Amino acid sequence: MKEEGKGKNANKFGMAIDLDKCTGCGSCMVACMAENNVPFKADESNKLDSITWMRVYKLTNGKPFPNADICYLPRPCMHCGGKGDHGHSPCVSVCPATATDYSMETGIVSQIYTRCFGCRYCMAACPYHARYFNWWDPVWPAGMEKYLSPNVSARMRGVVEKCSFCFHRYQLAKDRSFVEGRREVKEDEYQTACTQACPAGAITFGDLNNPDHRIHQLVKPDPRHGGRPQNPTAFRLLERLQTNPKVYYISSKEWVRRAGDNSIKKEST
Amino acid sequence: MDSTLIPKGVKRCPIGQFAMGLGPVSVILLWGVFAMLLVWIKGLNQTNMNDNYGFALWIWADLAIIALGGGAFFTGFLRYIIGKDELKNIINYAVLVGFVCYVSAQMILGMDVGQPLRGWFIFWHANVHSMLTEVAFCLTAYLGVLIIEYVPLILENRQIDKVPFFHNLGHNMHEIMVVFAATGAFLSFFHQGSLGGVSGVLFGRPFGYREGIFIWPWTFFLFTWSAAAGGPCFTILVTKITEAITRKKLVKDNVIELLAKISGWMLATYIIAKIIDTIYWATVTAPSLGFSFKFFYSNNAFYGFWILMLEIILGGIIPAAILITDKWRKNPGLFITAIVLAVIGVCVNRWVMVLQVLAVPVMPFDSWTMYIPSWQEVATTLLPIMGGIILISLSYRYLPIFPQEKELNPLD
Ligand code: SF4
Ligand code: SF4
Repeated sequence: MKEEGKGKNANKFGMAIDLDKCTGCGSCMVACMAENNVPFKADESNKLDSITWMRVYKLTNGKPFPNADICYLPRPCMHCGGKGDHGHSPCVSVCPATATDYSMETGIVSQIYTRCFGCRYCMAACPYHARYFNWWDPVWPAGMEKYLSPNVSARMRGVVEKCSFCFHRYQLAKDRSFVEGRREVKEDEYQTACTQACPAGAITFGDLNNPDHRIHQLVKPDPRHGGRPQNPTAFRLLERLQTNPKVYYISSKEWVRRAGDNSIKKEST
Repeated sequence: MDSTLIPKGVKRCPIGQFAMGLGPVSVILLWGVFAMLLVWIKGLNQTNMNDNYGFALWIWADLAIIALGGGAFFTGFLRYIIGKDELKNIINYAVLVGFVCYVSAQMILGMDVGQPLRGWFIFWHANVHSMLTEVAFCLTAYLGVLIIEYVPLILENRQIDKVPFFHNLGHNMHEIMVVFAATGAFLSFFHQGSLGGVSGVLFGRPFGYREGIFIWPWTFFLFTWSAAAGGPCFTILVTKITEAITRKKLVKDNVIELLAKISGWMLATYIIAKIIDTIYWATVTAPSLGFSFKFFYSNNAFYGFWILMLEIILGGIIPAAILITDKWRKNPGLFITAIVLAVIGVCVNRWVMVLQVLAVPVMPFDSWTMYIPSWQEVATTLLPIMGGIILISLSYRYLPIFPQEKELNPLD
């Protein structure tokens, strides 16, 4: 595998989610489902086999009232870069049929539905539970099929799917920029659906490699240290596993930052 | 009725009794076929697996069966490569048991994937970085070797052997069997190891992740080692069960003893390596990933320390001690206990290395995932086992599987 982010014109798209701003409203989840043709299940009561590319977790500090505190943590696919600088994402390296791939051009982990044969090894490898298996034939409430996005393929039963950072939007933006004779996609030309839908403006999306992008300024990823944020209030989920995620979280609360990794108690964040 | 098919010089029960015996087995087999059709027609929603527990009973059964089928490669290795000549009296049965195990494993895999008709993508779009790719290639090739090893046995059937072409084919295949035994040992070494690598390379799953040599995590070597130890024990166990059912002695004690003693030493050395691996993982690997050893065995309804004790002490140290100690090994009760415990030990290891890996929560705000298999999963897991019993029964009845049977059970 080539070195991550070193290809010609390499972008490294990433996301920063400000947990101080997130109210847990779930708009990002809804926007994601609608944008990406995420199917419903006839019975959605069992959340262990339903599909939510973007999932909002509720975190608590475990203290009794009046010191109780909660925080909402949206979790898309982290688009892990993987160990070292090899683009060796947990899920990509294990898929036997190369049905999921790491793009050197964008840093996005893609999923090829027509190649996946549903062995679920990638799900076993992903520590974030960001991958979902299509246990059921996809279902859309009557009439809703008309609103399906033509830019995203609907997935069949028996394959694994996950958040793609709305990759189809990148392709559309790239096409437009090429038609206009540009080689660069502007920051506001490519935004994910969840970023746009968040009423609190908690999500920032852009190119981590581009110092002009807001996300770069927010988290200041340090390429010498596997993209670790220089911003002291920023962190990544399960940082020490060396999955090298491209999703960053920002929180002013230490207990939240601590909850982001399995830090051994006495360590500071 | 079928007496012309039965090998010369041995006695078999009447065909009616044989059919009656297989009756209940066939009923369970049909139940399994029904469940299999449900899974294929309706999909994996027929199982109780979920997005957190996507590897479950079937994968465990697969890994356990493959480990237990390891008797074929290891006995072949001892017989043909190392030159333990006595083992020629059990090698046929070891091959048969191995063949059944590997066919079962392929069958289960055919159900376990969401898109079975795309199974060939693993070969066509192969990702060389994936341990599963290595497993798929080696497993398929090794099944081919097992078929080549099993075919000469079929050709030895009394009626088939009468056809000169088949007689000569069988004879010639026997002559070159050493080549296939060597190929089989090589292939088996790799896929048993790769199956260990499947969980060992999961650096996002601290319970399974292991450090290692180059691309191979320690579990790669531990799996091959444990299959070489547990596989022959399973061959012996099936032999003993066959002897009990047929009420005949089929293999001489010295043959069983030799195989058991070698397995005992394999198990003893394996369990030492496994203990060292566990200590290193518990004190170095897991803490470096932010986990305490205790965490993996607490705060859940099922995965307690007992499972570690069951695997290492009951399923490892005790059977190894019995099998390598002459006096204990010669005691029939202790011997059978050791064989059963060794088989249980390997099966528990496979369960832990695949299922506990997924059950353990990795995100600090997540919780343990539990799962109980659906009846469809149970039925389809029993299906290949029943198929195996039928194949073994037919092979025993019509093929000269046990070379010492005539001598041990003379017809007056
Ligand atoms: S979050 Fe999971 S699915 Fe996404 S890139 Fe990382 S390992 Fe793969
Ligand atoms: S489920 Fe699909 S994407 Fe995942 S590892 Fe298997 S083939 Fe690859």
